[in-house]
Amino acid sequence: MSANAQTLEQLIGHEYKQGFVTDVETDFFPPGLNEGTIRALSAIKKEPEFMLEWRLAAYRHWLTMKSPEWAHVSFPPIDYQAISYYSAPKTQADGPKSLDELDPELLETYKKLGIPLAEQERLAGVAVDAVFDSVSVATTFKEKLAEAGVIFCSFSDAVQEHPDLVRQYLGTVVPYTDNFFAVLNSAVFSDGSFVFIPKGVRCPMELSTYFRINAANTGQFERTLIIAEDDAHVSYLEGCTAPMRDENQLHAAVVELIALDRAEIKYSTVQNWYPGDKEGKGGIYNFVTKRGACRGVRSKISWTQVETGSAITWKYPGCILQGDHSVGEFYSVAVTNNYQQADTGTKMIHIGKNTSSTIISKGISAGHAQNSYRGLVKILKGAENARNYTQCDSLLIGDRCGAHTFPYVVVKQPTARVEHEASTSKISEDQLFFCQQRGLSMEDAVSMIVNGFCKEVFKELPMEFAVEAQALLGISLEGSVG
Amino acid sequence: MLRIENLHVSVEGKPILKGIDLNVKAGEVHAIMGPNGSGKSTLAHVLAGRPGYEVTAGRVWYQGKDLLAMAPEERAREGLFLAFQYPVEIPGVSNIYLLKAALNAIRKHHGLNELDAMDFLATVKDKTRLLDMDEQFLYRAVNEGFSGGEKKRNEILQMAVLEPKLAILDETDSGLDIDALKIVAQGINALRSEKRAFILVTHYQRLLNYIKPDRVHVLAHGSIAKSGDAGLALELEKQGYGWVEQLADAGA
Repeated sequence: MSANAQTLEQLIGHEYKQGFVTDVETDFFPPGLNEGTIRALSAIKKEPEFMLEWRLAAYRHWLTMKSPEWAHVSFPPIDYQAISYYSAPKTQADGPKSLDELDPELLETYKKLGIPLAEQERLAGVAVDAVFDSVSVATTFKEKLAEAGVIFCSFSDAVQEHPDLVRQYLGTVVPYTDNFFAVLNSAVFSDGSFVFIPKGVRCPMELSTYFRINAANTGQFERTLIIAEDDAHVSYLEGCTAPMRDENQLHAAVVELIALDRAEIKYSTVQNWYPGDKEGKGGIYNFVTKRGACRGVRSKISWTQVETGSAITWKYPGCILQGDHSVGEFYSVAVTNNYQQADTGTKMIHIGKNTSSTIISKGISAGHAQNSYRGLVKILKGAENARNYTQCDSLLIGDRCGAHTFPYVVVKQPTARVEHEASTSKISEDQLFFCQQRGLSMEDAVSMIVNGFCKEVFKELPMEFAVEAQALLGISLEGSVG
Repeated sequence: MLRIENLHVSVEGKPILKGIDLNVKAGEVHAIMGPNGSGKSTLAHVLAGRPGYEVTAGRVWYQGKDLLAMAPEERAREGLFLAFQYPVEIPGVSNIYLLKAALNAIRKHHGLNELDAMDFLATVKDKTRLLDMDEQFLYRAVNEGFSGGEKKRNEILQMAVLEPKLAILDETDSGLDIDALKIVAQGINALRSEKRAFILVTHYQRLLNYIKPDRVHVLAHGSIAKSGDAGLALELEKQGYGWVEQLADAGA
């Protein structure tokens, strides 16, 4: 029987396929962080004064803070002076105007990652902004989107071209005083994506960003800001990979979403940062702050995440449900293997009347991994008739991994209704044998069972990216017949 | 089709089967009967290749090949089907998806193309009617929330779709009421053909009222105590298993 369990672990333990390093000439800062670094960074990006002030305010606040220790993860202290805070492909300095001007090797990298930037321009369908190390290298479909009035560009471009919008919304969901990593990001973020959907516009295509950390000893601090005005709709996906390196790399991103009256933002993540090797050496520390504000009435923000990578994941995409009748959703699949640690979940803060939130979390643990769900559902006094439904399911593979659930529920409004369901299960020998007896290989059997377990979350992924999730999980998605 | 020679099987060092000989030809229906603990289910599982059973002696030939050397999924793809006594639940995986994945795995093994979605659906719907099952069954998660009878019918549905060469039914009749038993028997009878063989593992004679076996074997203490034609099952019904157990003891 143990032979079966072993095969199972081998199957789950597929090799990291995105671990190549790209040989591109880069401009970078020497490691170290002080006010000078921030001034230099802001200068290189030709930022207006308000941005520099904002960064410096964040940095000064950060100096007063300590790294949080409450999460169910463990890692040695990070030396923030050993990190380089800026790394960019050299050609970028001259500012490529089109894909043709990009370093062919860079394009090759994205091809290896399965992001055919050049092809996508022709095929139409998904607009991609790709962030390589610290800077945004290509945004496709800019023109087509502009016709619809949609702004989709790198954060750096947004600061140059739409400074008023940036100034109006930046830091209004995740302020520069928020948490240790978000504050650090506010001080040193180098690029990211910016999306603005004006009143009444339904974004004509899925928007997508791919993040990649390439250079050694570099931290990646990108920032995403998405604004959907009244009655606007947008669906956005981010994907992430990094090379295999023995040392740990820090990724501390911030994502802010703002939905005004009746606006809808769907944010999907397929995260496949390098998780470290089988002994737990190397890998990305993914310490990310993602938060959406449903400011308007009947607005809706939906987070869908498929987390397969990173040595440590620390992230709680949340929703502040401020507008009456606003809706927050969180659908998550988190897979941890070997020595990966994940402490992830969501925060749903109900402020407005008749607000509702749904949380579906699926944790899959294998090897020596520790997988924790941590969620906060908070119903404030004014949130009459607020509702929350939470479902946390854990699937264990093998007997050395762990699954933990930390639900926090705070209710200050008597008419609120909060439900929490949790389950823990294992892939049983009986299930595997049954599938094999029907002709399926062990690999297909595991894939089918895991897919079944994750079904409620996968069905929330945009169609275009369902395939992506399949490739990353190394399992095949359940097709539909009839 | 299937030839079992002097099969000895142990579980965790404890001998369960102590020398089984059995010869099943295409087109035949064999019933394996016996009291609880006589090794009936062990025999079914060993033939299907379930892990955890140790074959200590003997050979099994299936269509001229060494069955025991084949992986469980390979046996399945070569047409060996086991209807489980306790079918498992697979949450989130729909019946129709499982059926399609299984059928295509088998077809691929035989160098055939994957079945077209429309053809597949038509075939499957035909089979559900044969078993008097609601089509909605196809879209429910495999056995999740199914009643005992529904689970057993679902096993027969899978058999009907996969069209095995050798079907082993492990106590498919247990836990069925008389109406469900008739439907299941009807489904099995509809699949009887000259090219297909059945091994019915059962505790009771009543299934054999609806499916007439060519041969009946009575298992006691890990070996076949007595073999005969359909009449043997009726005799057992009258005399009980004590009778064959005595025979087995006398033989040993």
